[in-house]
Amino acid sequence: MGEVTILKIGKNVIVPIQTELHDHAARKLQMDILNRIEKTGAEGLIIDVSSVSIIDSFLGRLLVETAKMAKLMGTETVLSGMKKEVVLTLIHLGLTMKNLRTALNIEDALILLESLKGKIHEKKEYRRPCGGGGAEYPSYKY
Amino acid sequence: MKRIENKGTPRSHAVVWEQDISSYEDIILARQKVKSLMQGMGFSLLAQTRVITAVSELARNIVIHAGGGGKMSVSEASRTDKRSGLKCIFEDSGPGIEDIEKAMQAGFSTSNSLGLGLGGAKKLCNEFQIESVSGKGTSITIIEWLP
Repeated sequence: MGEVTILKIGKNVIVPIQTELHDHAARKLQMDILNRIEKTGAEGLIIDVSSVSIIDSFLGRLLVETAKMAKLMGTETVLSGMKKEVVLTLIHLGLTMKNLRTALNIEDALILLESLKGKIHEKKEYRRPCGGGGAEYPSYKY
Repeated sequence: MKRIENKGTPRSHAVVWEQDISSYEDIILARQKVKSLMQGMGFSLLAQTRVITAVSELARNIVIHAGGGGKMSVSEASRTDKRSGLKCIFEDSGPGIEDIEKAMQAGFSTSNSLGLGLGGAKKLCNEFQIESVSGKGTSITIIEWLP
């Protein structure tokens, strides 16, 4: 059970999970991610689970929690690379992972983060009541 | 149509894998072992993922709820209609489950978790059987049949 690498690329923190995490390791990873966000002031967090063969209720909840915590620190989270088997199983299990932004792969996750940042800046500058920009991701809500 | 009624009860087979479950590392080991057994038997990746997720939930239940731990034993299963499958039995001598029906409901938890584990595990496998005696322990059997 090796350590999970946490990368800082540009303004984003990227976490490719490559090993099967047991519960303590997953909790530690959550802490490490938050520490890294605090240290670097990252704007975005991408957790890539393309090498994870199963997400059970514990890991699923932990991922949702981590995103919420990052959000409280001002960092947007995108979960990328969920396999179709994992997705089917999660739905069977009844875990919908609401409010968690997802992308097919890291590349798409970066694009999504970019567009989110654009929206945030736009909102700050112009205070538009509705619409305007970011049409590629209409599902995103504040 | 008669064939469907004539599936028959699972026959017992020799145990192919047995391990104690008392720590979080044991959950990973159980998952890996069941995965490799299922791969060997020719289960689809989806079936593997479903069952291993169920194994993970049930093994975690033992670690969290059954103080002294418990064990998992895996064996092959077969039916009179020649279909074969994989059977996993999770046994512990923990406090048992007082109200099984309640425990199976999504959202019910005594440990501040999501409460999806037990009911979820049932949905993820072909067959699911639970026996629990308050104060004595719990035994859960899951079976996944090859298509």
